[in-house]
Amino acid sequence: MSIAPFNPTLSLLHQPETTHTAEPAAPETGPVRAAALRLKGVEKSFGSNRVLRGIDLEIPAGQFIAIVGKSGCGKSTLLRLLVGLETASGGDIAFEDEQGRKIAPEARIVFQEPRLLPWFNVIDNVGVGLGEGVSREEARRRAEHVLWEMHLRNKALDWPASLSGGQRQRVALARALVSRPGFLALDEPLGALDALTRISMQQLVARVWRELGFTAVLVTHDVAEAVHLADRVIVLDEGRITLDLDVPHPHPRKHGDPELALLEGRLLSAILGTS
Amino acid sequence: MTTVEFEAGRSPARSTPRLLRLPRPDRARLLPFAVPLALVLLWQAGSSLGLISDRVMPSPAAVAQAFWSEASDGSLGHNILVSGARALAGLAIGGSIGFLLGIANGVSKLSEQLTDTTLQMIRTIPHLAMIPLVILWFGIGEEAKLFLTSLGVLFPIYLNTYHGVRNVDRGLIEMGRIYGMSNGSLFTKVIFPGALPSIFVGLRYALGIMWLTLIVSESIAASSGIGYMANNAREFMMTDVVVLALVIYAVLGKLADVIARALERWTLSWNVAYQR
Repeated sequence: MSIAPFNPTLSLLHQPETTHTAEPAAPETGPVRAAALRLKGVEKSFGSNRVLRGIDLEIPAGQFIAIVGKSGCGKSTLLRLLVGLETASGGDIAFEDEQGRKIAPEARIVFQEPRLLPWFNVIDNVGVGLGEGVSREEARRRAEHVLWEMHLRNKALDWPASLSGGQRQRVALARALVSRPGFLALDEPLGALDALTRISMQQLVARVWRELGFTAVLVTHDVAEAVHLADRVIVLDEGRITLDLDVPHPHPRKHGDPELALLEGRLLSAILGTS
Repeated sequence: MTTVEFEAGRSPARSTPRLLRLPRPDRARLLPFAVPLALVLLWQAGSSLGLISDRVMPSPAAVAQAFWSEASDGSLGHNILVSGARALAGLAIGGSIGFLLGIANGVSKLSEQLTDTTLQMIRTIPHLAMIPLVILWFGIGEEAKLFLTSLGVLFPIYLNTYHGVRNVDRGLIEMGRIYGMSNGSLFTKVIFPGALPSIFVGLRYALGIMWLTLIVSESIAASSGIGYMANNAREFMMTDVVVLALVIYAVLGKLADVIARALERWTLSWNVAYQR
């Protein structure tokens, strides 16, 4: 039964609290195959309410793109379409590999709430991210590795209830990344965190994205966050793309960089409609 | 507070009663029995002083003696086993039906539309009101008691299972679907564990109804069991045995609740509300 107490057999049990240094054996998973996304005339209506009105968007493989906009502009709906939580009322969404061949969408999403199973310990929650058909031992091994990457290895056997908000969100990120997806959707994943935790989470997201090279779509209402993380920021207003802005600055970026602040100002005035 | 002082290593006040000076875990375990024990002592004192008539209420010593005489000829053990088996069989049958219906109606709109109204209508009939009909159907055999007990425990388990399944966090179910869980593992990993706290509330409520129904049906028509023992004793004016039967019901009821609670704590150890 899945709810039976976990029998501690893992090596990490005998590690002292602070051991992050020794990397556990990396599982044979192969490199990440970043997905390119091609959206053509994507429409979504709920009843008579047209939430998305013809979105055309090409996201190259490995790009980090942020979607910003006021509440109700359709940004979360667009993200839910991308991961298959909703179906489009019109238009076409295609996932392609780097050679332009169509691939099955392999999407992972991190929500604002961590959505961890409270009755699974941390490592088994991460194992959920591997889906069905992976043995428990294999799932634990791979989960342990990704927890190590997230600096959470010493929390592997804890219940989610005993973690802080930032740690829970890191577990949710670990769960999304344990299968090494080609595409990661982030739906305001840092919105519920305090300011300092948010900054360290932004650094973590930036780091894993650089290291793993997946394609990332971040939905946020925080323009500074979008500019700090993304290669490209899109402004959505009443279901349409009103601005598509490149952020060519190299990573890692510093908070408070004046050039980024300039971009931030441009984006804010585009969103608020005061140019 | 006494305990805080004690934990801080200061010597407890000399006037503190012995029980309150015990280390905390022992104290927590023993304190709930203080009131029942005091009541029994008071009762014994009342009987010994002649304040309570033996015809109305036999003394605890007399009840203990009745226990000894019933136990030594083996009839008490037999009766407890018979009653216990009836109770468990009723719980197993009624509980399983209630559980399955609760799950089905919780996850399937069609199943809910088909059966929920009917179940709610049957639920409003007090199941003990069906005794005349049940005797007409089954006579006074085992089937009648089994039927009534099953019917009694079915509804609390049904309602709480249904409620539990319905209140599982939708966000978790959505998460499970995104990560490609099949319906089977969605049930075992998300829905069932999520509904479990509520199912336990139903189980503990059902245990109460289980004993109640059994007592009533054994008093009406039976040739063995605790209820029969009590009813038989009444005909011979053996008040001590009648009281003994009540005590045994109380002990069995408490025992069932203790088991349910232990099960609850074990399976819900992830839940802060059940952590000690």
